Amino acid sequence: MKDMTESYVTEDGRTIGDVMLDLRNITLRFGGVEAIKDISFDIREGEIRAIIGPNGAGKSSMLNVISGFYIPQEGEVWFHGRKRPQMKPYQVARQGIARTFQNIALFEGMTVLDNIMTGRLNYTKSGMLAQAIWKGKAEREETENREKVERVIDFLEIQAIRKTPVGRLPYGLKKRVELARALAADPKLLLLDEPMAGMNVEEKEDMSRFILDVNDEFGTTIALIEHDMGVVMDLSDRVVVMDYGKKIGDGTPDDVRNNQAVIDAYLGVAHDD
Amino acid sequence: MSAGPVETGVASLPALLARNARTMGAKTAYREKEYGIWQTWSWADAAVQVADLAKGLLTLGVAEGDLVAISGRNRPALYWAMLATQSVGAVPVPLYQDAAAEEIAYALDHCGAKFAIVGDQEQVDKIADVRDQLPGLRHIVYLDGRGLRKYDHSDLTSYAEVQAAGRAAGNEAELDRRTAALTYDHTCVMLYTSGTTSRPKGVVLSNRNVIETAKNSCDFDSLKSDEEILAYLPMAWVGDFIFSMGQALWSGFCVNCPESADTMQHDLREIGPSYFFAPPQVFERQLTQVMIRMEDASPLKQRMFHHYMDVAKRVGPKLLDGEAVSLKDRIAYRLGNYFVYAPLKDTLGLGRVKVGYTAGEAIGPELFSFYRSLGINLKQLYGQTEATVFITQQPNGQVRSDTVGVASPGVELKISDSGEVFYRSPGVFVEYFNNPDSTADTKDADGWVATGDAGFIEETSGHLRIIDRVKDVGKMADGSMFAPKYVENKLKFYPDILEAVVFGAGRDRCTAFINIDLTAVGNWAERNNIAYSSYQELSQNQQVLDTIQSHVETVNASIAQDEMLANCQIHRFLVLHKELDADDGEMTRTRKVRRGVIAEKFDDLITALYSDAPTIYTETEVTYEDGRKGRIKATLDIRDAKVLTPMTVAAE
Repeated sequence: MKDMTESYVTEDGRTIGDVMLDLRNITLRFGGVEAIKDISFDIREGEIRAIIGPNGAGKSSMLNVISGFYIPQEGEVWFHGRKRPQMKPYQVARQGIARTFQNIALFEGMTVLDNIMTGRLNYTKSGMLAQAIWKGKAEREETENREKVERVIDFLEIQAIRKTPVGRLPYGLKKRVELARALAADPKLLLLDEPMAGMNVEEKEDMSRFILDVNDEFGTTIALIEHDMGVVMDLSDRVVVMDYGKKIGDGTPDDVRNNQAVIDAYLGVAHDD
Repeated sequence: MSAGPVETGVASLPALLARNARTMGAKTAYREKEYGIWQTWSWADAAVQVADLAKGLLTLGVAEGDLVAISGRNRPALYWAMLATQSVGAVPVPLYQDAAAEEIAYALDHCGAKFAIVGDQEQVDKIADVRDQLPGLRHIVYLDGRGLRKYDHSDLTSYAEVQAAGRAAGNEAELDRRTAALTYDHTCVMLYTSGTTSRPKGVVLSNRNVIETAKNSCDFDSLKSDEEILAYLPMAWVGDFIFSMGQALWSGFCVNCPESADTMQHDLREIGPSYFFAPPQVFERQLTQVMIRMEDASPLKQRMFHHYMDVAKRVGPKLLDGEAVSLKDRIAYRLGNYFVYAPLKDTLGLGRVKVGYTAGEAIGPELFSFYRSLGINLKQLYGQTEATVFITQQPNGQVRSDTVGVASPGVELKISDSGEVFYRSPGVFVEYFNNPDSTADTKDADGWVATGDAGFIEETSGHLRIIDRVKDVGKMADGSMFAPKYVENKLKFYPDILEAVVFGAGRDRCTAFINIDLTAVGNWAERNNIAYSSYQELSQNQQVLDTIQSHVETVNASIAQDEMLANCQIHRFLVLHKELDADDGEMTRTRKVRRGVIAEKFDDLITALYSDAPTIYTETEVTYEDGRKGRIKATLDIRDAKVLTPMTVAAE
């Protein structure tokens, strides 16, 4: 495996920086079930990091550990060189980590614009009363937030559905709105849980394009879970492979592709007995 | 009519821009919706933007007479790019932004463009794909840098940087010298024709062509500086160039650019243009959407809508034409306006339209009268790139769906012995670029231009009527007249039918391909609980075929009444399993059918139409938007339609 302790420049000219998030010996149990068993890996600044593995391997649990939704029984999460104390998900979000969900979690009755505006919640300091009266700081804040949101709308090319209730949108567009909401939070680290599940080829291509553009344009670090191997191999700089809660591979797409344990996990192994 | 620069006072579009900045500098000239807000620029702002870019182009080394390709969606910055190009004495060549890479390559190679100013990464990529075939292309300027960060920037610069370079180090004196040197006979723009039949040809238009035409057409409809237009049609199309550049600069009115192609309808409503232009397809799509939404409305609303639409059909056109209308009808129309027409027009974004034009294709009488009856002054015009748009247009109060109006100001018309329409006007193009043979074929020494259309001037009204393309008007095996477009247009007037292609030249009878309109038929299927999984499946649904058959037979009955064309009735037809598409080369970018390509590609289907086979199995290659190819397979039903002889009609 390539030594990746130093920052380096990828083939397509992006700079990958220092370790941003370091997961050390994470173990997560639900009662007697070990969802994650002693896993360590890191995510570096500016990279696109994929987490792959068969169903039930513990990928989403891993993402939930990063986002602070699950608290691992063992192990440490280091963020920007500091050990992260136990945190609530909203505190994690304030540190600059945003996510999308495997099952779309948008407000169906609200418009696309309002949904994306909720991504700016952490940047709203004025209180409920001030917002109701809509004066001074509250008004300024909303204007600023709206400006940021409009840039995201422009970036993801969803101007035409700005005022459409999310419930009326097709699946592929809902996924894009979720990404928009996550981007509106100006994240340093973006967690994408199966951003392309259930999409057709064209939608996948669009989404891949957007993920690359987000990474390129805003320098956002991205960790994603994805089943489509073609997409994973094309997009990501490094891949972690999980199976039954254990890490069975970690490295560049090429390393992983040629890793016997990974091949066995995906294709199955013959049992001699 | 031979107004020279002495009379108009300006010899070029940059001179017009300078005039506007001087005489109405603070007036809004351009708007573009960006980040959810309409951003505005006054004429004075525009003049600064253009000057900065022009000086920047000088630093890139653009020389007088160079050709500069422009490609992208309608944006103020690209209109300024054309003006900046002209300011430095170069010639803008707007290209269709959705053209495939090879079409772009052809145009760039043919005109020998040294520079390109484009909208975004998509356009840069298309040029990059064919870059090795274009040794002459020196530099590309792009507007939206998204996704371009990693590209080699040795001959790629952003628009803003070029402007900044112009501001910092531009040679003002040289720019002034070049702009001042422009005369009425300098080339204003080069536009590629859509190429219905052959390779696109570059039509060279002079400042004289454009400015005279803009002046005449603004006078004709009394267009003033307070008009608002929405620029949403391709910049490469001569119409957009005249409306958004020629007329806008001449009258000083405001050009509004939509946020994206998908938001056009929404932006149209927000702007509420006073002068509006659309091909029939746009009006058709709007009407289809209105009808679909009305079907989902409450019974009370439906009744109100239908009641007042009947009133409108009876009274509206008369009111528009200034004919006598009884007081009772006037009151009913007023009420209808309050309850139905005004809200509907507002929803369509046509509430403020003073003058609306449709052209490009014939418009269905029903469609036409729908808009007229709402009180929208929709008119027809007939034109082509070679005429700088205008050949004929309908004056207010003399509007009909079956004619294209009288000669535009300054235009002379004549009909040749073969029935072809010829015209001569100040707008007649200079030449086809690097193609003297074609120029000579089209334009004679006296300046008369052949339109390629067969038509006649109606004696009673003096209006021109167009039958079909001269080369398409053919003979059938028995020598009777074959006018496919005439029949196709009648078919296309049904909302269910998107496209039709009629065959019959040199044959004993006519047959047709039909494309269903997925929006209209899909909605019908939904309401009638008809399940379908694809366009292909819906197209072969028996009930759909029944409906189409009844349309074909109604059209046959109407054609049978015309003795000259009675033989053009359709004997057999099939509904195609795919939409005819410009990406597959079956249509032009302006959505005109390419008969030759279709006849070749669907050869097996045509053979089947002229046999007795009830079905035909076929495989067709399709090109996806990203250029990849695939094949679709289908078994198509072929139906026989009832045909009337002129005799039976007479007997009835």
